[in-house]
Amino acid sequence: MSCREVQELLHGYADGELDLVGNLEMERHFRECAACASDYERLRGLRAAMSSSLPYFQPPSGLERRLRSRLRRAAPAKRSIHWQRAAIAAALVLTVAGAWRVALMSQRSDSSDILAAEAVSSHVRSLMAAHLTDVSSSDRHTVKPWFNGKLDFSPPVGDFPSQGFTLAGGRLDYLDDRPVAALVYESRQHVINLFVWPAPERPDSEIRATYRQGYHVLHWTKAQMNHWAVSDLNARELSDFAELVRKAE
Amino acid sequence: MADKAELVAFEQAVLPHLGAAFNLARWLTGNDHDAEDVVQESYLRALRFFSGFRGGNSRPWLLAIVRNTCYTWLRRNRMDDSTAELDEDMPAMDSASSNPEAVLLSAARRDLVQRALEDLPAALREIVILREMEGMSYKEIAEVTAVPIGTVMSRLARARARLQQLLAGANSEEARA
Repeated sequence: MSCREVQELLHGYADGELDLVGNLEMERHFRECAACASDYERLRGLRAAMSSSLPYFQPPSGLERRLRSRLRRAAPAKRSIHWQRAAIAAALVLTVAGAWRVALMSQRSDSSDILAAEAVSSHVRSLMAAHLTDVSSSDRHTVKPWFNGKLDFSPPVGDFPSQGFTLAGGRLDYLDDRPVAALVYESRQHVINLFVWPAPERPDSEIRATYRQGYHVLHWTKAQMNHWAVSDLNARELSDFAELVRKAE
Repeated sequence: MADKAELVAFEQAVLPHLGAAFNLARWLTGNDHDAEDVVQESYLRALRFFSGFRGGNSRPWLLAIVRNTCYTWLRRNRMDDSTAELDEDMPAMDSASSNPEAVLLSAARRDLVQRALEDLPAALREIVILREMEGMSYKEIAEVTAVPIGTVMSRLARARARLQQLLAGANSEEARA
């Protein structure tokens, strides 16, 4: 890591926001570079001064009691009786019509919500930690064998330079409680992380889209592999990319 | 009856964060009285929005409402330029210009650190409070302040560089006097 990169990540490191590899690289750099190490010490000094000096203002006594009584007065007028009836009726309809189905669906969307959140934070971390790739190569015949021995599966690796999506490399990542392959593509100035891991016995699926914290997230199953693509690229271009990957397999 | 149950659920979700809500409002408004008004107004607003709260961590959710209420209040009651939009492109000050001993020495004086933080623009001050006093992650801070995670990190870097500078400056003035 260069001094410049270390300076950019100094606060992320101090705040525990880097991944393991990022932390190790920062620590190695501090051992070798006295200037950056002393910047980090200075930052630690400032944070220690803040934590011992800044007052945490306590709410005045009685605020909680005053608040409770205001809330009690505000609550009954909050919703009209018609809405309550409508809500009860709707709830009954739902219960009768297919509680089991709703439960199943919400369960599924919960777990895919969590996965989407994990995929987005992996994507963000990979950009923050300047640790985008472990193997940097636009040659898929270099990237694919690199995963051998590191994973218990072999991810399909495509490259689509003529369509504007260039393979930049790959790295190991961790999602859904298991190691996964992260393939990194570039399109103009944007980075796409494509996470791939096995989905045994799962049928092929359509592409599903979500949007989180400014990132588009697409996921699908193909050839018994889970695929999650995350990028700040616009929705249309990212789905072009997803279609290309899907067809290539 | 449904309302009563909802009120109980609401109180259970947000009253434990009263301390955090008050501390944030106190740092943003600058005095106890205004902070209390803002907190009461925030809780009433939070109650109205509670049906839209989808569970999960209620602290960033509540603090986002407190923060927005503070800004509305500041704009209505003061011509305060500390809430002005930040120029994100302005580079953080070079931290190498301050000296570590000066910062550590001045740490002995609490009010100096407190005043340095009060002197920061609100958009930087709030991020320092959420990070250093509430121990929130960048992701949670991003949720409260409605800016991307990268902006949280760069504002935190700028805020800390400014604090180092203010503290070192105050210290060397004192040494000269």
